[in-house]
Amino acid sequence: MSKPLLEIKNLHAGVEGRKILNGLSLEMNAGEVHAIMGPNGSGKSTLASILAGREDYEITDGQVIYQGEDLLEMAPEERAHKGVFLAFQYPIEIPGVNSTYFLKAALNEKRKANGQPELDAMEFLTLVKEKMKVVELPEDFLKRPVNAGFSGGEKKRNEIFQMAVLEPTLAILDETDSGLDIDALRIVAEGVNRLKTANNAQLVITHYQRLLNYIVPDQVHVLSNGRIIKTGGKELALELEEKGYDWITKGDAVAA
Amino acid sequence: MTTTMPEVISDTDPRLTSFDRFERDAAQPKWLLNIRKSGLARFSENGFPTLLDEDWRFTNVKPIVELPFKPVTSLPVQLPAAADLVKFHFLKTSETLLVFVDGHFAPGLSRLPAAQKGVLITNLKDAITKVPELIEEKLSKLSTVDANGFTGLNTAYFEDGVFVHVAAGQSVDQPVHALFISTGRETGATSHPRNLIIVDASAQLTYLENFVSLGNAATFSNAVSEFFLGDNASVEHLKFQEQDENAFHIAGLYSDIGRDARFWSHSLALGSALSRNNIRARLNGPGLQAVLNGLYLTHHKQVADHHMFVEHAAPHCESHEYFNGILDDESRGVFHGRIFVHRVAQKTDAKQTNKNLLLSDDAKANTKPQLEIYADDVKCTHGATVGQMDEKAIFYLRARGLPLEIARRMLMHAFAGEIIDRVQHNVIREELDQIVWDRLEEKLATT
Repeated sequence: MSKPLLEIKNLHAGVEGRKILNGLSLEMNAGEVHAIMGPNGSGKSTLASILAGREDYEITDGQVIYQGEDLLEMAPEERAHKGVFLAFQYPIEIPGVNSTYFLKAALNEKRKANGQPELDAMEFLTLVKEKMKVVELPEDFLKRPVNAGFSGGEKKRNEIFQMAVLEPTLAILDETDSGLDIDALRIVAEGVNRLKTANNAQLVITHYQRLLNYIVPDQVHVLSNGRIIKTGGKELALELEEKGYDWITKGDAVAA
Repeated sequence: MTTTMPEVISDTDPRLTSFDRFERDAAQPKWLLNIRKSGLARFSENGFPTLLDEDWRFTNVKPIVELPFKPVTSLPVQLPAAADLVKFHFLKTSETLLVFVDGHFAPGLSRLPAAQKGVLITNLKDAITKVPELIEEKLSKLSTVDANGFTGLNTAYFEDGVFVHVAAGQSVDQPVHALFISTGRETGATSHPRNLIIVDASAQLTYLENFVSLGNAATFSNAVSEFFLGDNASVEHLKFQEQDENAFHIAGLYSDIGRDARFWSHSLALGSALSRNNIRARLNGPGLQAVLNGLYLTHHKQVADHHMFVEHAAPHCESHEYFNGILDDESRGVFHGRIFVHRVAQKTDAKQTNKNLLLSDDAKANTKPQLEIYADDVKCTHGATVGQMDEKAIFYLRARGLPLEIARRMLMHAFAGEIIDRVQHNVIREELDQIVWDRLEEKLATT
């Protein structure tokens, strides 16, 4: 058995003196899809942010090993170059930065870091046109500034589009399903499914079981008070949908 | 310590006593002398603004007041050579170029266009002999809307400037490029460029004002431009100011816009110790669109001030003001935008935004958007921001693989690009984009 793609060991972290993660541990292998579910405030988005490298959090204990390396030591861009991708819960609007320009620069930075030749404008455009089909984006998207004036659904689709172009090894989807109507959800989920290969992994963070009707996880983890309190197969998600979180989180309330 | 008492202009002030020579000048038409006199009276009444004046509370003009007043009374004998000019921007933008040296027209350095029916492009002095009635009718008719001593001073002392008249239905293909050079040889050397732009119904013009310096003396440019836009006229104006950092620059831009007309006026403030643009637009007919768009890039101890007054005097008009500033070191940006909507101006759509990006802890921005609305069916919005670079946006870019330096650079260019993208004329926009790009790269290289 090869080494896991991602190992989170006993991770403790917080912000401004407030502890959010309390000994979170998780292992993922290439080719797997894991879902993390949990009530509001359980630490889902904190985990996503820490994995992507946001600097606002203080890590007090634990380790994150990605492809055998200490992920927490890496700058956000270095993580991206090594295949980590966060689909943001709230994608940032960047008026004035053209989407094509931005994405081409991002892809070429990654290629450069991995010793691959940079794509020229024509090659990039060919690639992008093909990838746009993954999330059914209109082409004029590329001419617009990054996320500026996009609807909530467009922003989420744009995240998955970027994911399609950057081809991450580890994709973290932070509540990508939140705020989407059923059609948008289907497009996004199908996009994610099409990007799945034997060599990459997807960590799907969600508040709603609904997403898991479209994206089928190998494992479902329940996060509560900053640690995983239950892990199961996809049927666990259904059980959560039916019974709510209370039946498993009840005994855990003292942990905070 | 700043002055808090209104400045009183004494009778022996050279700004009043230097006026003699116009009265003695026999070639001066009577009507023009009267206009000059009214300007002098206005200056004498209003004097220089102080920080007590609400419209000037963020900008202290004391350094200008204390400067010796040395109006340049004739074209300098020692003119810059054509080779001295090559360092200036936009020189290849247009075949039409009017060069003014210390406020005086320099025909040898200029390229006037071939005659075109219905179009007159020349220097104001020449136009006064060619079309005196038109000038008498228009000159200083807009610039009296505000009690501005600087504009009064210009009206009294101007020597020359640009004159453009585009008759109804005519279109000027090439942009009119006016290059105003301060030779910068002597402290207090003062020029008063005076421009009169008349674009009649359904006519079209692109006009570029370019203010530069050769030397680095503390000179003073006090410019006034008046724009008359007829019904359905289309005018794009770009004012580019990169004078020496010891120079002082005040400009008044007065416009009167007819129905269904389109007016873009862009202001790029890069140079000068202190620059102030007084922009006054009167929206006089329904259905017109006015875009006032500006970018100021300052460093060291520069101050760049834009002061706007947009008057909606007719219904169904759109006015948009967009001003972005990138401020470094101990520099300061000032934005004061006042939108006044008359009772008749129903269905007004007025938007005003001012965004400031501070690159240093000591840089400052003063911003004051202001709406005064007397109509009840209007859409008016305003907003202002002052801040450092958006950390969330930087993180977003880094999380996609862009290194920190590139992320910062991208955001800074984007911030400037928002403004530059509104320039309609392709060649001017591209050149401007390059100028600003270079300037920001220089900035990034030193921080």
